[in-house]
Amino acid sequence: MTQPMTYILKNGRVVDPANGRDGIFDIEVRDGVIARIGVDLPVPEGTPILDVPASCVVTPGLIDMHVHLREPGQEHKETVASGVAAAVAGGFTAVACMPNTSPINDSAAVTRYILDKAQEAGLARVYPIGAASVGSKGGQMAEIGELKAAGCVAVSDDGHPISTALLMRRVLEYAGMLDVLVIDHCEDPSLKGEGVVHEGAVATELGLRGIPGQAEELWIERDITLAGLTATSFHVAHLSTAGSLRAVRAGKARGIAVTCEVAPHHFVLTDEALRGYDTNTKMNPPLRPQADVQALIEGLADGSVDAIATDHAPHHADEKALSYDQAPFGITGLETAVSLTFDRLLHAGHIDLTRLVELLSVNPARILKVVGGALHQGAPADISVLAPDLPVTVRAATQKSLSKNMPFEGWTLRGGVAATIVGGRLVYRNAAVDGLAAWPSAPVQ
Amino acid sequence: MSAPAPVTALRGRHLLGISDLATDEITLILDTAHAMREVGERAIKKVPALRGRTIVNLFFEPSTRTRTSFEIAEKRLSADTLSLAVSTSSVVKGETLLDTVSNIEAMAPDMLVVRHASSGACHQLARHCRARIVNAGDGLHEHPTQALLDAYTMRQHKGSLEGLQVAIVGDLLHSRVLRSNLLLLRKMGATVRVAAPRPLVPVGIEALGAVACRTIEEALDGADVVMMLRIQLERMQNNFFPSLREYFTLFGLTPARMALARPDAIVMHPGPMNRGVEIASEVADGPRAVILEQVANGVAVRMAVLYLLGGGTEE
Repeated sequence: MTQPMTYILKNGRVVDPANGRDGIFDIEVRDGVIARIGVDLPVPEGTPILDVPASCVVTPGLIDMHVHLREPGQEHKETVASGVAAAVAGGFTAVACMPNTSPINDSAAVTRYILDKAQEAGLARVYPIGAASVGSKGGQMAEIGELKAAGCVAVSDDGHPISTALLMRRVLEYAGMLDVLVIDHCEDPSLKGEGVVHEGAVATELGLRGIPGQAEELWIERDITLAGLTATSFHVAHLSTAGSLRAVRAGKARGIAVTCEVAPHHFVLTDEALRGYDTNTKMNPPLRPQADVQALIEGLADGSVDAIATDHAPHHADEKALSYDQAPFGITGLETAVSLTFDRLLHAGHIDLTRLVELLSVNPARILKVVGGALHQGAPADISVLAPDLPVTVRAATQKSLSKNMPFEGWTLRGGVAATIVGGRLVYRNAAVDGLAAWPSAPVQ
Repeated sequence: MSAPAPVTALRGRHLLGISDLATDEITLILDTAHAMREVGERAIKKVPALRGRTIVNLFFEPSTRTRTSFEIAEKRLSADTLSLAVSTSSVVKGETLLDTVSNIEAMAPDMLVVRHASSGACHQLARHCRARIVNAGDGLHEHPTQALLDAYTMRQHKGSLEGLQVAIVGDLLHSRVLRSNLLLLRKMGATVRVAAPRPLVPVGIEALGAVACRTIEEALDGADVVMMLRIQLERMQNNFFPSLREYFTLFGLTPARMALARPDAIVMHPGPMNRGVEIASEVADGPRAVILEQVANGVAVRMAVLYLLGGGTEE
């Protein structure tokens, strides 16, 4: 079947927290937007019907607000095209990509290049995040106005913390004036030193140099204080410790507009995973001890964590084949996030479906101020169809990302992705889900 | 009832660290070393145990004494040996460790003795190599043959390791010698007290079984064995302590401090020593120092390890 312009997603369980909806609904998609949503919608003559299997759940499109697409400059790791293919296969209808490309995305030219590549790929929406400082070097502020005009939704020096308190203050003020979100990679570089893993008993035993959790916590305290000083909003990238979460909670409690995200690997793995020196357990921030993991899970459940974001960081196998201390930080995440969230948070009883959709869709849309996060008449038809009970075996070889650096090879998980719809177009269909064979074929299968 | 049969071989293919060895394997190595020591006392210091075996010593980090010790051990066992000092400057940055070693492996050595500046390098190689690997020191992680030769030396002087009070003082943070010794001594029932300036005490060292002491005096009090670790001169530049002078004042091993240990306590050092920094020459050259015995025992212990890993036939 070729892709219809108008169709009805029939009898799906729709979980749409932004509109207080959780029940069986039909969604009529027309020319890329949601034309109607309701119970037992009348079907005009000749309108194709996509029956939603009873095993599936229909949600607003998932948004990953922290990925690295590596293009321009590091196309051997990932391209915009391969990255968005991985995104839609992972259930994401949109991604926000960090500026640490080569060259750094600190100019409208690079932003437009990324957007052009995203347009060509035509899969997930791509929201570039511009650099906060020129070259992310922490000196001169980047032209945030120009970046915004070109299409950037936020600024960050990700990979590096925004260098000084004064620069952070100025960036918060200036970006705040332009209504551009500031995202910081919170880590005190001097305290990090040459650390490669979490500082603790495991690091000591393995002889790997440690990074204390306090390197992150100190920096978050700095940034929250500055967000208070400037009365602007600020977002913490990849928060990883109990102390960081305490700081964010305290900031929120005193009315500061701070939000934060947590990456799946930080609520799934502890630093025990370092044993054996698999370089796919090396990422920054590093894997933390059980007490931190427990605190993050509590924060994800109680609402103090706003979003799940993957920090998808593709690296070529040759780069990860270096010794542990020399291998680059980072793992891929786009194609495992949904399964890990279902298996380790939802089925483990920590969160319900509503919360899952808030973490993966509603809140990222709200924080980034982008379309999506809700399914209502007139909204773009960005829709994820999830399969909460689908048995999934993680295999790097079948993933769409160009890179295979992830520590979950062979894991069996409960929960996955059935289909992904972006702007009304079915861009991903999972043949392993019963009942989808009758759906149109999709560019990513 | 009969006692369990004594172990006669190592269970693993490689010697990557003390962490992989059971107590009976440690005892087997030390007992075998005792027999090997005798070879070194003969006029013709050679046995044919490893004749026809090829051993490549791959040193990615400079070493004189460990490499020499392995080479002598290999020659005394009649192995064909080759030593490569792969200086990090000559390894093209970005070349994978595996690529470097695959080239050596293609020539079918039976064993690789590997030293590398990165912790875990030997473990990474062991996943891919056919040859048996002996860890000759990986980063800050382990230096198993050093701990074994230290244990051999302690056993020689003290009879048994069980119940010994061992003080280890110096740069604990950056020391693979500490980690391997701590693992071995705890497995064998010794108590290990450690002392260093606080910035050089690794986080979580107590979880590995060490008793952390605030002063060198506390660590030395009643010790049977005093082991000093080398202070690398560049540590001072990173503010781990303010000066070598102050280090010696607070943590140097002096005759006065040695008086706190048991009268029959021995003094050990893995070398190379910084006289006047971690240890006073009066102690280093004094009657209780066994530092050169450690070096001599190193050959016997390495012969034992190589023999046990490589002497048998492949199943």
